[in-house]
Amino acid sequence: METVKLTIDNKQVEVPKGTTIYKAARKLGIDIPVLCYMELHDLGVENKPAGCRICVVEVEGRRNLAPSCATECAEGMVVKTHTTRVINARRTVMELILSDHPKDCLTCPKSGRCDLQDMAVKLGIREIPGQEYAEMSTYKKDFSPSIIRDVDKCIMCRRCETMCNEVQTVGALSAVNRGFMAVVAPAFEQDLEKSPCTYCGQCVAVCPTGALTEVDHTTKAIRAIADPTKTVLVQTAPAVRAALGEEFGMKPGTLVTGKMVAALRQIGFDYVFDTDFAADLTIMEEGTELLDRLTRFLSGDKNVKLPILTSCCPGWVNFFEHNFTDMLEVPSSAKSPQQMFGAIAKSYFAEKLGKKREDLVVVSVMPCLAKKYECQRDEFKVDGNPDVDFSISTRELAHLIKEFNINFEELPDEDFDRPLGESTGAAVIFGATGGVIEAAVRTAYEVYTGKPLPKIDFTELRGMEGIRSATIDFNGLPMNIGIAHGLGNARKLLEDVRSGKANYHAIEVMACPGGCIGGGGQPLHHGNSAIIKARMEAIYREDAGKPIRKSHENPYIVKLYEEFLGKPMSEKAHHLLHTHYFSKKKDIYIK
Amino acid sequence: MHLLICGGTGCKASSSDAIAEKLKLELAANTLQDEVQVILTGCFGFCEKGPIVKVLPDNTFYIQVTPEDAAEIVKEHVVKGRKVERLLYVDPTKKTTIEDSKHMGFYRKQMRIALRNCGFINPENIDEYIAREGYQALGKVLTEYNPQQTIDIIKKSGLRGRGGGGFPTGLKWEIASKNPADQKYVVCNADEGDPGAFMDRSILEGDPHSVLEAMAICGYCIGASKGLIYIRAEYPLAIKRLKVAIDQAREYGLLGNNIFGTEFSFDIELRYGAGAFVCGEETALIHSMEGLRGESSNKPPYPAQSGYLGKPTNVNNVETFANVPPIILKGADWYFSIGTEKSKGTKVFALAGKINNVGLIEVPMGITLREVIFEIGGGIKNGKRFKAVQTGGPSGGCLTEKHLDTPIDFDNLVAAGSMMGSGGMIVMDEDDCMVSVAKFYLDFTVEESCGKCSPCRIGNKRLYELLDRITKGEGTMEDLERLRNLSQVIKDTSLCGLGQTSPNPVLSTLDNFYDEYVAHVVDKKCPSGQCKSLMKYIIDPEACVGCTACARNCPVNAISGERKKPHEINQSICIKCGACMDKCKFDAISIK
Amino acid sequence: MTKVKSLADLKKMKETLQAKIDLREKGEAAENLVQIKVAMATCGIASGAKNVMDFLLEELEKRGINAVVTQTGCMGYCYAEPTIEVKLPNADPVVFGYVDTKKADEIIEKYIKNGELVDGIIPVNYESIDNK
Repeated sequence: METVKLTIDNKQVEVPKGTTIYKAARKLGIDIPVLCYMELHDLGVENKPAGCRICVVEVEGRRNLAPSCATECAEGMVVKTHTTRVINARRTVMELILSDHPKDCLTCPKSGRCDLQDMAVKLGIREIPGQEYAEMSTYKKDFSPSIIRDVDKCIMCRRCETMCNEVQTVGALSAVNRGFMAVVAPAFEQDLEKSPCTYCGQCVAVCPTGALTEVDHTTKAIRAIADPTKTVLVQTAPAVRAALGEEFGMKPGTLVTGKMVAALRQIGFDYVFDTDFAADLTIMEEGTELLDRLTRFLSGDKNVKLPILTSCCPGWVNFFEHNFTDMLEVPSSAKSPQQMFGAIAKSYFAEKLGKKREDLVVVSVMPCLAKKYECQRDEFKVDGNPDVDFSISTRELAHLIKEFNINFEELPDEDFDRPLGESTGAAVIFGATGGVIEAAVRTAYEVYTGKPLPKIDFTELRGMEGIRSATIDFNGLPMNIGIAHGLGNARKLLEDVRSGKANYHAIEVMACPGGCIGGGGQPLHHGNSAIIKARMEAIYREDAGKPIRKSHENPYIVKLYEEFLGKPMSEKAHHLLHTHYFSKKKDIYIK
Repeated sequence: MHLLICGGTGCKASSSDAIAEKLKLELAANTLQDEVQVILTGCFGFCEKGPIVKVLPDNTFYIQVTPEDAAEIVKEHVVKGRKVERLLYVDPTKKTTIEDSKHMGFYRKQMRIALRNCGFINPENIDEYIAREGYQALGKVLTEYNPQQTIDIIKKSGLRGRGGGGFPTGLKWEIASKNPADQKYVVCNADEGDPGAFMDRSILEGDPHSVLEAMAICGYCIGASKGLIYIRAEYPLAIKRLKVAIDQAREYGLLGNNIFGTEFSFDIELRYGAGAFVCGEETALIHSMEGLRGESSNKPPYPAQSGYLGKPTNVNNVETFANVPPIILKGADWYFSIGTEKSKGTKVFALAGKINNVGLIEVPMGITLREVIFEIGGGIKNGKRFKAVQTGGPSGGCLTEKHLDTPIDFDNLVAAGSMMGSGGMIVMDEDDCMVSVAKFYLDFTVEESCGKCSPCRIGNKRLYELLDRITKGEGTMEDLERLRNLSQVIKDTSLCGLGQTSPNPVLSTLDNFYDEYVAHVVDKKCPSGQCKSLMKYIIDPEACVGCTACARNCPVNAISGERKKPHEINQSICIKCGACMDKCKFDAISIK
Repeated sequence: MTKVKSLADLKKMKETLQAKIDLREKGEAAENLVQIKVAMATCGIASGAKNVMDFLLEELEKRGINAVVTQTGCMGYCYAEPTIEVKLPNADPVVFGYVDTKKADEIIEKYIKNGELVDGIIPVNYESIDNK
């Protein structure tokens, strides 16, 4: 590999050609402050608009200061990262950025986890000269069902734009306006709700400030708990347990399932259940649907749509409702685990309790912001009463735990309540990319072949690669499986399917990079993709440690069918556990 | 016989009307009024030596003529045919008198290379372009030189980009030529955005083929078969003429496949810009052409490496291209002989502001500001005093009296704290407040910044606010320090040329007119009387007769007072419109 | 339309076109043919050059003057727009500034018909590269 030698702060370093000054400096242990820059190495994502100009350094022989994040090293380059000229420039630029940023840190949802705040501390900013007469750029606050845009706080780092356009190819957010009023917004500064936004929340996950935050559902959840007439159920998604600990200073990848259950009980939820139960149920329905379509297909039915696409990810559902409106019949009609849980809770479990559905409040804890939107969809309501009432993110749960003075680390491990708290290892891996399809294969294989699996772990379906495929031998029938995570990869895969280039029987899609573990509601990874990988390992660890690892072997699932649903895809199951999709394609009209 | 008298504003101010009258009287006295006509003309562009009288048909050129000289001119020249020696122009170097204007130095002050066909040919008729050696440079290049030889000619000529930066054109072509790619692009930057500059528009409207020809030459040099002209949609006539020109060139086979029977193929398309100033910056321009937001990106990669659609792209501006065909035809040495050591050839300037001869001029590099403003430009309007000239548009700075004799070229202008820019020259007189001038330009850059990098997006706004405070008398000496520091940081840290130069109007006025800033800050006075907040209309109670005219005409009822008693202006209500002063017949109202 | 196939073609074409234009300028019709160029760039048009051009076309024909009126680009004298250049047979071209229809009328009547100069001439103050 071709290398270049250069000097940074009087230290020699040799780096591969094309390395930026910022990375070369890090090699020397010199941490040049960066603000807009973001790199998610394992996802191949890099955001370096060189816009904030905080990372500027002095390069000998250059007229002006160079942005270290975007300037490549050259042979013999002499770089100085902390001359008085650099320090003065960095501070002045920071003062400028702060001069156009609201000072409501006390009540900002991002307070304490804000990159801008941290930078102000690092650069020792104590006052903003001329703030009293500095005009601020202000914009309309935008409330969508999942995400709040308070772009007065936008610093134009463009991270959200990179996620929305390059990674997710959603195209909801881009820079608009010129000059002082330049800001990131949907086209024509429309509301997010009128844009093709899927609420995947990846923009929120990378926003360094309080410009993009989730809609708060905790207040409503607490009110419900406080209401003596309500029985409040909580369900927790698989990915939450693999990340919640990070909010309490634990190492990424620490599993906190038992502590989480204990905390939820202490907060006051009447029943602490597990979305994993519904994940097992999803496998029963989706797996059966897959086998049904497959057998019809193999027997020559021309009307059958293959491949079957998973439909547990609400961001993904929104995405195809916007972008693949010609393929609305292709995804599985199975509801997502969150919604299956709600539907069963407010029917089967309500009956068991002898209560009306209106007296039950179902709260979900999700790694996801799109779930906030999903639970409000009209088709998931009965007479206006939603199956799932509120959806709080992993971050919001962490907030609640702290607010309730719970010493999380010291909590004893507790177990979920029954019946809706029992789950298998197959359900846990829903949290990572490839997990849903692996869980489906575990069940479908045994149902289709009538034989027990020779091995439970399908490692060929795991990993971080954006688009993966594998062929699983179903006793002579080669089952072609595709996997995509990140909506940009999903788009590519789906376009190949649409054009007939790809030939799959089943495809799993997760909207967020890494799957739910990298969801928009998870603790912020601040651009460190090693965190996402650690969460993934935790998920598979949890699966490996489970006594039961196939959904159809979950005894409470078996019981649910016996007592209530009949069999998978039965009429009752169809009514409660399946849904349909709508075209959200729309033309934008400007007044 | 005709006697032409300069009727330009400068000469008129020095009594050319009276000279004309006097000449007519003298002619009548000699009963020559029917044979000899006295004609007032436009400016001769030699105002320094005005008033000028030119005698036709013999082309005799008299300078600094006074009404008293009329009798002698008529008696000696018209009647006896003898030239009036003492009124002839003396060549300052050779000390000999010159009679014929065509041989006078000032006549050579302007030299038209880029504008060679503007105003000569019908731009919508390719034949007229061909008749003036059009497309011969392309033919010559295609049949006689290989690409590298052609690049060498351009390099040797010393041609530098006319869009502002002054990057050597030949070198730019060479870099693009050396990046291998299956497709490359030649882009003509016709997104002229400097307020007050319009030479690119004039060239496209007056001589579109010269740009097309040069783009094809460039395409041959760098190995591109596709040319794109990025032109602002606000230039409908230029667009129309370009379209006509492209069609005609295609029809003649001068664009398209196998031009001049060679292997070389080249075609040109138009791309329209919405008129954002930042889109004159080449990376922003390319983004805009690609349908993306018009904003700059970090260089490298340079467009020559990765430009339009990721392919090697060469971007030059209109005026740069217009210089190319003559260089090919007349040779690099010819072009190299014009101009200064490091800036070769000519530059087109758009003269505007408080100058008599507003218009387009093309002068060799190295001419002084004095020559441009006082000779070609005809001096300052209404005989006012010259104060400053703003060159380089919003990216440039204000130069003063002390810079008047500096030879104009890329490097000298930068050294003086301004820049060539695209060639706008806005002249200011004693009535212009330099703080307001800086504020005007910052207002422009605040609007026109793309908003991508923080120093330009927010910093320029803060500069504007500081200047605004100063013009309102709210500034402090500390603000002046902040202005300077902020300006330097913005220059030092901005992403593209826009932000790196936008504080120039502030810095150059701070350097050259610091006293004026101090006057605003400390004395709360605007020396030029331009800053409304710092003016006060005052009624002199001695002079006021109480006629009530002022009070009746005040649009905001700020004036009170009883009839026949002195009136008074309530300063907190007054909007400083000046209506009272206009109406006062007793000169009782003054500005303080 | 024939295509230009080689540089020789172009050069031949140039000669023919040049000759045609020269003929127009110096040929048999010399005593009658007047050439007028109207500066029709945006600056000129904005100041009324279009009206002047229409006026000239109409009036010259009406008054029986054999003239060619063409449009051209900006001459650079923006302060004096509209500008027109009039070339009488066997004379140097003369540029007139501030030409409105009234002025155009005067130019036709005095200069074109009788060779009498009128006020508003803009003297040539530059060197063209053709002079070299």
